[in-house]
Amino acid sequence: MTAEGIGARVLRKEDKRFITGNGRYTDDMTMQRMGHAAFVRSTHAHARIKSINTDDAMKMPGVDAVLNGHQLVADGIGNIICGWMIHSKDGSPMNMGAYRALESETVRYVGQAIAVVVADTQQQARDAAEAVVVEYEDLPAVVDSLDALKDGAPQLHPEAAGNLIYDWEIGEEAPTDEAFANAAHITRMDIDNNRLVPNPMEPRSALAHFDPSEEHYTLYTTSQNPHVARLVLSAFYNVAPENKLRVVAPDVGGGFGSKIFIYPEEIACLWATKRVGRPVKWTSDRTEAFLTDAHGRDHHSTAELALDANNKITGFRVKTVANLGAYMSLFSSSVPTYLYATLLSGQYNIPNIYANVKAVYTNTTPVDAYRGAGRPEATYVVERMMETAAKEVGMAPAEFRRINFVREFPHQTPVIMAYDAGDYEASLDAAMKAIDYDGFAQRRTQSEAAGKLRGIGMSCYIEACGIAPSQAVGSLGAGVGLWESAEVRVNAVGTIEVLTGSHSHGQGHETTFAQLVSDRLGLPTESISIVHGDTDKVQMGMGTYGSRSGAVGMSAIAKALDKVEAKAKKIAAHLMEASEGDIEIENGELKVTGTDKKLTFTEVSLAAYTAHNLPEGMEPGLKEGAFYDPTNFTFPAGCYICEVEVDPDTGVVSIENFVAADDFGTIINPMIVEGQVHGGLVQGIGQAMLENTQYDEDGQLLTASYMDYTMPRADDVPSFTLETTVTECPGNPLGMKGCGEAGAIGSPPAVINAVTDALGIRDMNMPASPNRVWQLIQDNGMKQAAE
Amino acid sequence: MYETKYHRASTVSDAAAMLKNADDGKLLSGGQTLIPTMKQRLAAPSDLIDLRHIGEISGIVKQADGSIRIGAATCHADVAGNEDIKAVLPGLADLAGTIGDPHVRHMGTIGGSVANNDPAADYPAALLALGATIETNKREFSAQDFFTGMFETALDEDEIVTAVVFPVASNTAYAKFPNPASRYAMAGVFVAKTGAGARVAVTGAGQDGVFRMPDMEKALDGNWSADAVAGMAPSADNMLSDLHGTAAYRANLVTVMAKRAVAASS
Repeated sequence: MTAEGIGARVLRKEDKRFITGNGRYTDDMTMQRMGHAAFVRSTHAHARIKSINTDDAMKMPGVDAVLNGHQLVADGIGNIICGWMIHSKDGSPMNMGAYRALESETVRYVGQAIAVVVADTQQQARDAAEAVVVEYEDLPAVVDSLDALKDGAPQLHPEAAGNLIYDWEIGEEAPTDEAFANAAHITRMDIDNNRLVPNPMEPRSALAHFDPSEEHYTLYTTSQNPHVARLVLSAFYNVAPENKLRVVAPDVGGGFGSKIFIYPEEIACLWATKRVGRPVKWTSDRTEAFLTDAHGRDHHSTAELALDANNKITGFRVKTVANLGAYMSLFSSSVPTYLYATLLSGQYNIPNIYANVKAVYTNTTPVDAYRGAGRPEATYVVERMMETAAKEVGMAPAEFRRINFVREFPHQTPVIMAYDAGDYEASLDAAMKAIDYDGFAQRRTQSEAAGKLRGIGMSCYIEACGIAPSQAVGSLGAGVGLWESAEVRVNAVGTIEVLTGSHSHGQGHETTFAQLVSDRLGLPTESISIVHGDTDKVQMGMGTYGSRSGAVGMSAIAKALDKVEAKAKKIAAHLMEASEGDIEIENGELKVTGTDKKLTFTEVSLAAYTAHNLPEGMEPGLKEGAFYDPTNFTFPAGCYICEVEVDPDTGVVSIENFVAADDFGTIINPMIVEGQVHGGLVQGIGQAMLENTQYDEDGQLLTASYMDYTMPRADDVPSFTLETTVTECPGNPLGMKGCGEAGAIGSPPAVINAVTDALGIRDMNMPASPNRVWQLIQDNGMKQAAE
Repeated sequence: MYETKYHRASTVSDAAAMLKNADDGKLLSGGQTLIPTMKQRLAAPSDLIDLRHIGEISGIVKQADGSIRIGAATCHADVAGNEDIKAVLPGLADLAGTIGDPHVRHMGTIGGSVANNDPAADYPAALLALGATIETNKREFSAQDFFTGMFETALDEDEIVTAVVFPVASNTAYAKFPNPASRYAMAGVFVAKTGAGARVAVTGAGQDGVFRMPDMEKALDGNWSADAVAGMAPSADNMLSDLHGTAAYRANLVTVMAKRAVAASS
């Protein structure tokens, strides 16, 4: 342990360059003779393309090429894949429609790319893209997933009859039905999860370059996982063999999942750069981001909870329809299945669970993983049901949860997951204490005196992070392994570079990862650099999503450090003529236990590289790599409590207090973790109160700008009260669980439980916008505040 | 954004000449609506004639009769921070301080705002309630005659707003319910006791832009209190309806904001 080691609030090393405007993002890159790409996009949600006329566009100034999907297919560029195979309950594989980077026959959502223009300037490219004339034959569109399943609904893909992608199930249906047949009480609810647009601050961007003499491509892009991008671009899209393709994800300004996937634009830029013989850059504008970045959530569910006479849960039955949009994005199939229904046990001991999920095509932007990915949807269903059931049987929400908590670990749920460690009551108690739960009644009385409605709501969430054991996810249909890699390179003078397959796009890895090395070797973090995001520099890795970079990425670093330490000790023992077992590493020195003999880490490193005096047979150098494959998911959990006050005159909900008590296992940098929780909470509160993606019946996106899509602002949220409880994760060497998504997973039900409590109603949809809340007050005949 | 030519005018007559000579020119007076519209490629003027640097239409003067004359090119931040306005028409200063964000308030101008007459803009409510006079390079208008409908005014195509004159009034206040996304007014109510009696003007809510609430004015003439207007709402039939607020909700907001404005004014 050092001053900068595990548990220290080290200021973020990367912030100097970000705060001073010296970050280097894809759009900052420029190359000689670089051309700019602009896309011709569908203005129709569903239409057959009768013709694409590029004559006028080709004649415009600065235009190099106008390329369309016919040429793309002719050049052998493969269709966009979905990397997780889901089988329906009848055993049949999912029904996947063809998804081309440029569509030339039938467009299926507004914003879909049809052609790409390359010109000297961005302005010229956009002008020319506008001059491309696409003649459409309109087809009827469907935007809601329930409508898409109806008889006679517009059909999107010939491969998917009835727009059904899969009809999947998990758990045992018969025993669950039996639990309901014997139930003393059943709580039933229809629960929707609203569609969200990710909105990372930096829009997507790609700069592709082809070197004809080497037949070699380079792609700079906004990616959370450049190595996987290279793999997919090479193996499935036939752009180039992996050794002829370098993918660099430099500084990336936020991803939230939306930059995991390979999108049409990156593929088109790589393809176009060779055809036009110059580097090609494209940067999304904000409208394109709204229309084409993979959206999140969009579930309709029906949930039923069975209780026995003692209010213990005996069964849980959930039917969900998930809208996947017009095409299957890279990991879309896994989100409403293995990332969702496997969490339906929540923090509770539920003997019987059965869930059925139908995934559906609609004429909307593709839907894929977005901060939390399936787990916010599961938590919302579970915690809305828990709150409602508690009220129906007349129990305090906390007590109802307590009597149903899982208390013994490991705990095998009926839906695959084996919880390894946790103390759910500890976080519940911490949260209730922090918010002064007992004082709520008095605060409510005070609010009533002021003509306001006050409510309190909680959410006891659990999620599965650190995705995940490769063998396990492979057996469930994943097309990739979900390990992580690291290489620790000790330089001759004892400074260190860590090459990680994780990718930092806001998480602060350059600091946190350096803290781990500092902790182990006793070196200052300034002598430790973290290298990531470049397939030419770093070994294959799996990237950053699912809150996995701590639990999986840092575990790989820890494994590599084990090897570095072992070799360093051998060298030190040899040089100091001591036994290897007597060497200990402390404060940047290798010491012989019980003596004053020691060598600095620099001296040992130098010895490794001069190789003048190494143990017999030892190779020179000090550089070790490791691949770490976890043995299980990790299970962060916690309790969030939200207290709101509602202005009945306007329907405005104000969050008066919000407490988050999280168990993330070992925490490396509490300051960075708090930042992650704050960001997650704001995104979750955004979903619960502000954000709502809406299409009109023709499939036009109505909320396609910040004029209509309500992103949370600082004054929409309170100062959060954060608590932590700790049970270490037994599944990885550091005891870490992951913290990146918890806030967005746990907060929406806490907010809605508080708002429904304030209004004295059973149910409402998200977001709790002023108009919706005011309307609910009118509908429920609540009296207006007296003034 | 399409290509356009930028001109910086130094006098009003200069600007008028530039506009006349342009193919499809547009007056630029802060550009807080026009520039975003152009960036969306929804407007493509051949020329932009910038009025913001014309000294003769900039600045705030308290005139001999106590009225406040604000040059058209005066930005919102200057109105919000002006000591004379804060003393005489505090509701107007408060209104200017709630427009957009600090960037908008340092770029956007009163002339630009009233000439655009966005139905969700704040200034029209103040102009209508206070019975302001809009001066142009050709003539002057009363606010009542000036605002003719959504994004529509009595201005000729080539006419340039030069100043807005606000007569003295007391008990001025503005209460706004912002759109959660854009933060434009969904219902903004300006109240004042003027020489002609109580005035209540509403922006953001009406289908035809800014409008007055005669019933509320009459009630306030007799009893200047929030209670006096509590039961009064405009007809929902005339209200805007969109993703963020139904017509019924907006009608309710008019009542609530009117009550709050009156309460804040006394």
